[in-house]
Amino acid sequence: MITLNKDRSEAVNVDNLSPDEIALSVRNLNLYYGQAQALSNINMDIPKGKVTAFIGPSGCGKSTLLRCINRMNDLVETCRIDGEINLHGQNIYDRKVDVAALRRQVGMVFQRPNPFPKSIYENVVYGLRLMGVNDRRTLDEVVERSLKGAALWNEVKDRLKESAFSLSGGQQQRLVIARAIAIEPEVLLLDEPTSALDPISTLTIEELITELKSKYTVVIVTHNMQQAARVSDQTAFLYMGKLIEYADTNTLFTTPREKQTEDYITGRYG
Amino acid sequence: MKTWFKSGSPWIWMTAGTVSVALIAVLGLIALIAWRGLSFFWPAAIHEFHFSDQERQVLIGEIYDREQIPVTRLVDAGVDISHIDGEFVTRYLVKVGNREFVPLDFTWILEPDIVRQETPKDLVMLERARNGNFYGYLEDVLENGQTVVQDPAAIRSVLRERMRRALQLRDEGLSIQRGPIASINYQLEQLRLDRRRLELRGEYSDEAEAELQRQEELLREEYRAVEQELFAIRADMERDQVVMRDMRGERVTFSMSLVLDATWANDMNLLQKWGYFFKQIGKFVTEDPRESNTEGGVFPAIFGTVFMVLLMSVIVTPFGVIAAIYLHEYAGKNNITRMIRIAVINLAGVPSIVYGVFGLGFFVYMVGGTLDQIFYPESLPNPTFGTPGVLWSALTLAILTLPVVIVSTEEGLSRIPSTVREGSLALGATKAETIWRIILPMASPAIMTGLILAVARAAGEVAPLMLVGVVKSAPTLPVDGNFPFFHLDRKFMHLGFHIYDVGFQSPNVEAARPLVYATSLLLITVIVGLNLTAIGVRNRLREKFRSLEH
Repeated sequence: MITLNKDRSEAVNVDNLSPDEIALSVRNLNLYYGQAQALSNINMDIPKGKVTAFIGPSGCGKSTLLRCINRMNDLVETCRIDGEINLHGQNIYDRKVDVAALRRQVGMVFQRPNPFPKSIYENVVYGLRLMGVNDRRTLDEVVERSLKGAALWNEVKDRLKESAFSLSGGQQQRLVIARAIAIEPEVLLLDEPTSALDPISTLTIEELITELKSKYTVVIVTHNMQQAARVSDQTAFLYMGKLIEYADTNTLFTTPREKQTEDYITGRYG
Repeated sequence: MKTWFKSGSPWIWMTAGTVSVALIAVLGLIALIAWRGLSFFWPAAIHEFHFSDQERQVLIGEIYDREQIPVTRLVDAGVDISHIDGEFVTRYLVKVGNREFVPLDFTWILEPDIVRQETPKDLVMLERARNGNFYGYLEDVLENGQTVVQDPAAIRSVLRERMRRALQLRDEGLSIQRGPIASINYQLEQLRLDRRRLELRGEYSDEAEAELQRQEELLREEYRAVEQELFAIRADMERDQVVMRDMRGERVTFSMSLVLDATWANDMNLLQKWGYFFKQIGKFVTEDPRESNTEGGVFPAIFGTVFMVLLMSVIVTPFGVIAAIYLHEYAGKNNITRMIRIAVINLAGVPSIVYGVFGLGFFVYMVGGTLDQIFYPESLPNPTFGTPGVLWSALTLAILTLPVVIVSTEEGLSRIPSTVREGSLALGATKAETIWRIILPMASPAIMTGLILAVARAAGEVAPLMLVGVVKSAPTLPVDGNFPFFHLDRKFMHLGFHIYDVGFQSPNVEAARPLVYATSLLLITVIVGLNLTAIGVRNRLREKFRSLEH
């Protein structure tokens, strides 16, 4: 039923990672929206240079957890968080942390393509311009590198000055990925990046994700279990705000430890 | 019938009917104003009426109006009706012009009194700089009292040629008055202020006085030279004279310098009439008013209206947008914000005259008075900014239209999808950077919508302006060639006020009536023009950010 990626060679044991293999570690994370608790006591280590997938039924808190990693939940007024998420041994919820700097290290791609109303070129260099980079040559290089990195260069190299809205949905989503990798983050968060796309574009993006892990730590939230199985190295299953099971993808899909996980991946609910 | 009611058709008929009524009302209004306004520029036939009674045998003039009145009304007015049968009688309102010879330049005549009515081709209407139009027959053209008409058949071209010369001289004279003379007067005034300034600072000394006097003397000398030139031109203008025969059959001679235009309206073909029509419209929008606004053009009023509205836009846009950004992006979503928002919306409902009173009390007397004391003590007790002026008018209208801009900008801000904001924030932008680089450009069509509504409201507003800056006649425009070029302290003319002034404050209401329509038409045109410009800009912006609404 679920096709696993056979050449996933370097599966790691997520319960036993050495400190320099860890990109992010989540410790005792609780999150509340007003009175309602959306995440309870999450503990997990996300390994460097791998693709980690969060799966689970709607409303299980997988997107919320993802948005904790670059503090997007700060925008929600009623949201309250305790616990830690450590990036380089630094708690990102520490008072001293500059949120803008954190978000430059932890890039994010959203469910729906959200290009800015600017040209393709200006979309890609947006993050650099924010950092004050205005040198034409540097920008040109970054645009080419990022668009190649997002597998979009060949399609748009002749129309960089055109509006980003002239692209198709799938191209827009790759443009958004290019925009995120232009500022060279360490971690790339993908929040259901293919849910608004057609199957062909989905396939392109999935191939791209596999490419991306050579340079970035990728965390992806997906509704689609096949997708998690195809692209991820490890998978976390969340249910009702709790982390039920977290293991390398092969193990989780073939021999799940928990009954709830098994029920979910065999389609008994969700 | 019952099924017809059930089908919902009556509802559709009712809604469509209401729309039709509204549409007819608007179109009817525009059609009426356009017709009455534009017919003012069309060359009217000049009639010659012959009467039977002794005291007035001939009347020359344009038919202005025609109405049917019951004969009984004439009896009540003490008119002899022995020669009239029937219950109703037609009477004409005739514009006879020649203001210096007749007590009223409009007169009513009864149709039955007319023995003969003709439109001779030789009748000419002279448009004059003083005393209004002159109707009559052209008799002669004189140079220094000697006739210059050799061939009576060519008299029209002789008149046109002499008239052109006089007009040219007139223009030269005007350009001297407005150029060098105005400039010298301005500099003399500056010198007077310089002296006063020195006195106030206690730096006034004999050397300073000597220097001021030297400069003053230079300017006066220059002035005398320019004045000589002007007098020479004026004298030259008086060289030619025109001789007319009026409806009393008398010869009337007056200076060519008074004649602005000559029209043989009865001797024009259709093409010439159209030419005259467009020429008159051109004169109306480019010339200054004459004869306490009842004649001439309305250029200063057009300029004042547009300038004041543009100034207001420049003031209201940043204020409104910044306020809207605070309310929507930064202010907490609590009751206080909600109350502020309601208060802002309610500000739009305050009667405009109240804003005028506020503008007079706060801007003119408080702010302007203080500015005068700090920056212009030398010209006191003459106020500089402590008196109504174009700046205060623009500020008052900016406050009046502020709610509109705030409300539409806020609406625009709330329409921007949150994913775009998040996209920018996720790339490490701060909130301020996101607003500046992404949100504001995307909200710009909504801001333009607000500005369009603001301009539409402001351009038509008259009541508050009467308190804070509009006058019947402003000798100088708020923009001229003297440093600093924009004189925001000056009073200005406004089309809306011009309509009120011409229509209700004029010494000659009948003559002014077509001007009221023409000026109204122009005001509508100006407002529509301003709005179309803004709508054009908005559509371009919308096109740019079009795909957001997917």
